[in-house]
Amino acid sequence: MRLWRLLRDWLDERFGWAELTAFLRKKTVPRHRYSVWYYLGGITLFLFVVQVCTGTLLLLYYRPSSSEAFRSVQYIMTEVEFGWLVRSIHSWGANLMIFAAFAHMFSVLFLKAYRKPRELTWVSGMLLLLLVLAFGFSGYLLPWNTLAFFATKVGTDIVAQVPLVGDWLKVFLRGGEEVTGATLTRFFGFHVAVLPGLTTLLLIVHLLLVQRFGISVPPSLEAEWQALPPEQREMKFFPNFLLRELMAWYVALGILGALAALAPWKLGTEADPFAPAPAGIRPEWYFLFMFETLKLLPARIWIFEGEQVGVVAFGLAAVVWLLLPFLDGNAAGRRARWITGLGFFALAYMAGMTLYAFLMG
Amino acid sequence: MAKTASMPPQGNETRQGRRRFVEWLLGGSLLASLASFFYPVLRYLIPPERADLGSDTVVAAKVGELKPNSGKIFRFGNRPGLLIRTADGEYRAMSATCTHLDCTVQYRSDLHQVWCACHNGFYDLNGRNIAGPPPRPLDSYRVQVRGEEIVVTRHREV
Repeated sequence: MRLWRLLRDWLDERFGWAELTAFLRKKTVPRHRYSVWYYLGGITLFLFVVQVCTGTLLLLYYRPSSSEAFRSVQYIMTEVEFGWLVRSIHSWGANLMIFAAFAHMFSVLFLKAYRKPRELTWVSGMLLLLLVLAFGFSGYLLPWNTLAFFATKVGTDIVAQVPLVGDWLKVFLRGGEEVTGATLTRFFGFHVAVLPGLTTLLLIVHLLLVQRFGISVPPSLEAEWQALPPEQREMKFFPNFLLRELMAWYVALGILGALAALAPWKLGTEADPFAPAPAGIRPEWYFLFMFETLKLLPARIWIFEGEQVGVVAFGLAAVVWLLLPFLDGNAAGRRARWITGLGFFALAYMAGMTLYAFLMG
Repeated sequence: MAKTASMPPQGNETRQGRRRFVEWLLGGSLLASLASFFYPVLRYLIPPERADLGSDTVVAAKVGELKPNSGKIFRFGNRPGLLIRTADGEYRAMSATCTHLDCTVQYRSDLHQVWCACHNGFYDLNGRNIAGPPPRPLDSYRVQVRGEEIVVTRHREV
């Protein structure tokens, strides 16, 4: 304790530590029946940090080439001590992080936390969600197993359906006309350099915006609190909220560890580009709702290809989603209710399609 | 946290004792869980020992491959070895890893010596360090000519 005080004084003398951390002492978090949803962003952040740590560990042994990738992952899982655990945590952590990010997005949507002045916080968050999906897509290929190889073939082929730039985009992603070792090298570069850099930058912006605007109170509660001011409650961010958040992280880590240890992530068989695709090729669960939709579309819709229509529709939906805060009027307005309805529809559609894909597969 | 108000009145000392006990319990659990995170990571960082697949014997060259007064680097497991044919036509074999800072040495036919280019170290044809920074001689190997093959064997330390 004395050492800590000494260090603090030293920093304070030089950098004005007390001034720099003043915002932490002033920061408060609203306290109400929906407060539990405030933890999801932090949990996503925590899982991202876990991914960075375990990913760095995997880099010590992983070899990004089509001739060595599979065997190096196999080596990590069978020869390196606790390698199976590190890899399993990385795979499970990726899935939990994407789940947490989606849950965070929907909670912000339903609590209408994106309203003025927080529009850009939402936009930065949505871009982060897209980056997280890109992490998932690129990381899926890296073990170079059969399932990932064919899923990447299909995934990059769907990208080719994008109007005008589709073919170019496909070649750019694949590093050629086909999915080969060149694709693996590219995806590796995206996964460990490009995406982490972009994500870190956007994450800083996102967190600065969250800090700048404080934490949103849902409109329904705002109205209640305005009518009855003594009902208004809040807690200090430091240490009260932070300690609760840390506990949530601890629980998340516990769940992650249990899943990784009790259901170790499988590796499958090594990809053979000249073998026929086995049955049951599918993307990761978070892409399933799109994949299943494209499968259900007829081959031709009017004069267009069915898949192309689907891809364009999902693209437009993503743009609408990105601009949601600008479309939402005031909290009580009709448009706001429409958007809540749209949110429920999207959630039901995604959940329903994912479930359908699982039942059919 | 205003828990003290709801607690039954009791001696200050007992309360202090309990508080210290809880602090130890919390701190101890925290340390134990931290240890359980870092122990696997530390074990993971150490690469597993790979069996040196090259056995103790290797075919370094074919007879007639080397002219007198020349040398050749050959693979001995994961490390390089140096096979020399002296001006008299005799074969010598030694480790090619310089004992100074791990560079790979070469045979200098102009000097009839083994030379390390990194820091100008010299060894004689028996692998003895004779000039420059190398602190120890190179490990020497046994050479046998078996038919057409020149076989190099590592001396097993007993």
